[in-house]
Parts: sequence; structure tokens; C-alpha cells
Amino acid sequence: MGILEIKGVGKRFGGLQALGDVNLSVEENSVHAIIGPNGAGKSTLLNCLIGKLIPDTGSVMFDGQSVLGRAPHEINQMGISRVFQTPEIFGDLTVFENMLIPCFAKRDGAYRLHAFETIPAEKEIVEKAEAMLEDVNMQDKIHMHAASLSRGDKRRLEMAMCLVQEPKLLLLDEPTAGMARADTNNTIDLLKEINAKRDITMAIIEHDMHVVFSLAERITVLAQGTPLVEDTPENIKGHPKVMEAYLGQTQQ
Amino acid sequence: MLGLENKDTKFLLVVVALTLCTPIILQPFPEGSSLAQFNAGYPDLMQRFAIFGIFAIGFNILFGLTGYLSFGHAAFLGVGSYSTVWMFKLLSYNVLPGLVLAVITSGIFALFIGYISLRRSGIYFSILTLAFAQMSFNLAYSVLTPITNGETGLQVYTDDPQYLMGEGALTTTHVFGLAMNKSLIVPIGGWEFNFNVGYYFCAIIAILAFYLSLRIFRSPFGLMLRAVKSNQQRMNYTGLNSRPYTLAAFVISGMYAGLAGGLLASMDPLAGAERMQWTASGEVVIMTILGGAGTLMGPVLGAGFIKYFENIFSKINDNVLHGWFSFLPDGIEDFFINIVNPFFGEGWHLTLGLLFMCVVIFLPGGLMEGGQRILNLLKRKSKDTADDDSAHHPKQSPHVAE
Ligand SMILES: Nc1ncnc2c1ncn2[C@@H]1O[C@H](COP(=O)(O)OP(=O)(O)O)[C@@H](O)[C@H]1O
Ligand SMILES: [Mg+2]
Repeated sequence: MGILEIKGVGKRFGGLQALGDVNLSVEENSVHAIIGPNGAGKSTLLNCLIGKLIPDTGSVMFDGQSVLGRAPHEINQMGISRVFQTPEIFGDLTVFENMLIPCFAKRDGAYRLHAFETIPAEKEIVEKAEAMLEDVNMQDKIHMHAASLSRGDKRRLEMAMCLVQEPKLLLLDEPTAGMARADTNNTIDLLKEINAKRDITMAIIEHDMHVVFSLAERITVLAQGTPLVEDTPENIKGHPKVMEAYLGQTQQ
Repeated sequence: MLGLENKDTKFLLVVVALTLCTPIILQPFPEGSSLAQFNAGYPDLMQRFAIFGIFAIGFNILFGLTGYLSFGHAAFLGVGSYSTVWMFKLLSYNVLPGLVLAVITSGIFALFIGYISLRRSGIYFSILTLAFAQMSFNLAYSVLTPITNGETGLQVYTDDPQYLMGEGALTTTHVFGLAMNKSLIVPIGGWEFNFNVGYYFCAIIAILAFYLSLRIFRSPFGLMLRAVKSNQQRMNYTGLNSRPYTLAAFVISGMYAGLAGGLLASMDPLAGAERMQWTASGEVVIMTILGGAGTLMGPVLGAGFIKYFENIFSKINDNVLHGWFSFLPDGIEDFFINIVNPFFGEGWHLTLGLLFMCVVIFLPGGLMEGGQRILNLLKRKSKDTADDDSAHHPKQSPHVAE
């Protein structure tokens, strides 16, 4: 039994079958990549995991419990964090304040009306936020408004916000899109390091094959809403079906 | 000090000093001079500055921080007034029980309205609050006449029980025997300063209200409220349930409004349904936006600005205008007065409307942004080349700055 068990999940948007019959099992502490051409339904699948969408059919079990029908904040509190394809951060707040929010959510749960504490008095939270920003190399941008960050920095901030929660399962939707080569490599190193250091499972959607092959232990190829194959990176590389459905298209 | 950082403590002290000196600051022109009509240092008006300041501070906790625009906050103002007058009728003219009840009832009321309205956001939320407020207004005006005394408005009659009223107790509103309408008038030179008990009572409560809002702004709770405004989706996917936060903000701001309503009744023991009308709800929205939503001082400034306009600008009538333009030849004088006339006196709303439009278009951050820009300009001039550090750092928005 994997930490995440997706069984027979289907989702329809009007006449479009975005997800057919998806079965997927993600092993605990592994890095599982989901690849596939644009419009394959990868983001839709993640949406079904975090409570943004409710699938029409099938079941999603995380850590032995069903996530379907739960509110997004409950699912996050179960231990699932997600980095979105287009960065979702608090644009009006500073980078530092962005980091504080997941720290509070992790410590205090879904809500706590701490109206009479001051933020500097919350030493452990402040230190944790600062340490995480240092880990992702953003300590010099701590007082910048998140909206004024570059695209790559926004992604890194969002990733840091998810990581600081120490989720059991981290979902990454094209985390290196829009990043420069050097930043991409830094991100790979960061994710590797985190995977080695902590008990964390990652499901990663990625277009950059360099990223996929340097991180993933297993790969699922999704095409038109259904998984084509699931295998190790070595086997996927030369798989004829994959070449046809995915690699063939993008490499031309 | 007081759980505040140094910068905020200084800021609070400045606010306290300004508030306590208001009777002097608002009386810049000597009595009898032609400019004396612009003086605003009389009790009635100063009380309004403080009371509507409280109203706007509370509204800002909801609108400024979470971005939820309530169009029904006057309902809580009215509930507060009615509660306080009822305490006058049942107990005595001491204002404290009334104010306590005003805060409690408006809080309960806000919990109910907020619980339902916050199921929606954006324009739907605004419309729901507006609908609730109009319902309250209509109820107060007709159906609930036994409680609200309908059209006439609620007031204290001599045959009211007033159980706690001792022999020879004051028959005007007071706090432990100190009458609200008592004033110390100090003439200095040509000036006349009016130190009024009612004003100072409101001012002290306003300072407390301001301090409380400062604490909320700086607290983790305040951070969460700003997160709601910035990106509610991200907040939910970060494991936070935004509903309890917005509901708490709604109830707190409702209680501020109730307190303001209670104070209005404490200065003048009357409560009428018109206090709950949508125009009154709109007024606090305008105050907050005009001053600068989401800033600490902005709403207070906005409230003062509007109340000043309402009371001073509206008094500039034809005669005063004739006085101003009397240096012109007769025909031209009349011509000018005809042009200017609609903007003064009863037409003050027109001027206010134009001003509001200008602020929204050119200064979306309100008067606070205007102030900030002027300050920045002065700073740049004074240390032109010394450090142009700010050029390298992205501009800090005045969001929670003073
Ligand atoms: N909320 C939605 N409403 C309607 N159609 C959608 C919605 N979300 C995704 N789709 C459609 O579903 C298909 C899969 O989209 P998506 O999951 O974003 O693909 P991917 O992330 O693999 O590129 C696309 O054709 C997309 O247009
Ligand atoms: Mg996608």
C-alpha cells in the first residue's frame, strides 16, 4: 500500500473527459514523477487530490484516509502541500510574511485567534521562517513584496512555503517552469536534499526531462486522461509507447 | 512598551497627544475673525470626530485587512444606540452599562449577520450585508416599534423606570456623576478653547480602540486577515480555514460600530432608525477609502475629513460667499457666486463627491498615500544624492504602515 492510492478516478468537464480511469499508487518516501503532453490532465489530477476539484468517479486515499469531500485546509492539515503551476503566493505581503503563514498553520492548525500576540514574540516561528528562507537562498529578499519577485523566485518562495510545513506528501506542478538553468539545478539539489533528509514523499509533474530523470524513482506517463505506463526511469526512457505519446512530440 | 515595538509606541504616543490636544488644534483662528467659522473645536463636532473615528477604525479591521466590503455596518451603529438608550430608560443616565450592552448586542448581531453573509464573497457579500441592514432599518422603523419607538425614535421619558436613578441624580448623561455636557471654556487672547467632558470621554475610548486595532494589525491574527485579502486560495491550501478569521474580523468591527453607536447615544440620549439607513453604511465606506483603507490612521483621517465637511463646509451660505467675492465688481461677483454656489452650503455633498472621485482615481491609497508621497518627495529633496537606497529596493506599500 502506498501513502497515496488513487483508484479509478475520472473527471469530466462538459464534453471533455479530462481524466479517464486513473489508477496510481505512490510509495512512501519516494519521488514519483507524472509526465505527459499538455492537456493530458496532470494538473486536473492534482486538483482532485487537494480538494480543489471533486472527481466524478473513483477514490483517493491518503495515509489510509479518504480525501474526497474534505475542505482544502483539512487536506493540507492531513499532510499534503502543493506547489501550483502558476505561483500562488500572497502578493501583497512581504516574502517574510509569506513564510510566516505556513509556519503558523503548521503549529496552530486551521485557525487560532491570536489577536494579542505580536509576531516578533513568536521566536520559534520567526526562526523557522528565516531558516527556511536561507535554505532556498532568499534571505536577502526577505522584506520584498512577494508580487515584485521574479517568476523563478515566486516559485522558490512557494516551494519553501510548502516545505516549511514538512508535509508528508509534496505535490509539485512543474516546479522549474520559468526558471533559469542554474536555478533549475539548485531546485533539483534542494529537492534531492530534502528527500534524503526528511521523510517526505513527492509527486512531481515536470516537462523538463533533465529534472525528471535526476529526481524520479518511478514515472507515470499520462496521456489524454489515462495512464499509459508506469515504470522506472530507465525503462521509461526507451519505451516505445512513451516515445509515441510524449517524447516524440516534444523533441521534434 | 504595551506589547508594541518602539516605532509603534512612538506612533501611539503621537496619536494620544494629538487626540488630547484636539480642542486646541481645531481652534486655530481667533474668535470674531472672519476665519473663525472654520474652527472645529466645539464639543458636538469633536465628539463626532472621535465617535466616527471609532466607527471607521473598526470598519477598517474588516474592510482594510480582509478586503470584505460590508455595506451594512450602520445596522450595528443603530443597535448600539438603541441598546444604550434602553439602559438609560431602565437603569440611569450613567453611560457605562449602556456602552457595555451596546458592544455585546452589536457583537451578537454581527455574529448572526456575519455567519450568513460570509458564506459569499465579493459583491454578493456586500449585497447580503446591505440587505440585512435595510431589513434592520425597516424593522426598527415599523415592526419593532415597541422596542425602537418607530418613527419618533427612542428617547427617555420622565415616567421611565430608571431603577438605579438615586435621589437628585443627574438628568443628563454622565459617567459616575461627571456630566457629558460639562465644558471648561478657556479664553486665551482672542482665542477660546472648549474642553468638554463628553469629548474627552469619547477621545479616551477612541484611543483605546485605536490601540486595540494597532495590536490586531501587528498580531498573527492581523497577518491572517491580510492573507485573506491577498490570496484566500493559497491560504486554504496552506491549511488555514479562512472563515473563522473573517467572521472574527466581522464581529470585532461590528462591536466597534456598536460602541460608536452607544457613544452617539451617550452624547445625546436619542436613537432613531435613520441611523441604520444605507446612507450611513455608505458613509463609513467612504471615510475608510478616502482616508486610506488598510492603513492605521487613514480611516480616522477620513472620518474627521467628512465630519468637518458636513459641519463646516455646509454652513458656508450665500452671505459668506458674497463676503469672499465682494472685492469684485457687482456683475462679476454674482456670476462667480452662481458658479461656486452649488459646491458650498447645502451642496457640500457635491464637493465631497468630486473629492472622493479624485482620491479614488489619483490616490487609490487615500489621503494616507497622499501624505506618504509628499513625505517621500521632501525626503528625496533633503538627501538627494546622499543615499538613493530606495531606488534599489522595491517600493514599500503603505499597507500597514502608519
Ligand atoms: N476547470 C476546468 N474547466 C474546464 N476544463 C478544464 C478545467 N481544468 C482543466 N480543463 C481541461 O482539462 C484538460 C486537462 O487540463 P490540465 O489538467 O490542466 O492538463 P495538464 O496539466 O496535463 O497540461 C485540458 O483540456 C483543460 O482545458
Ligand atoms: Mg498543468
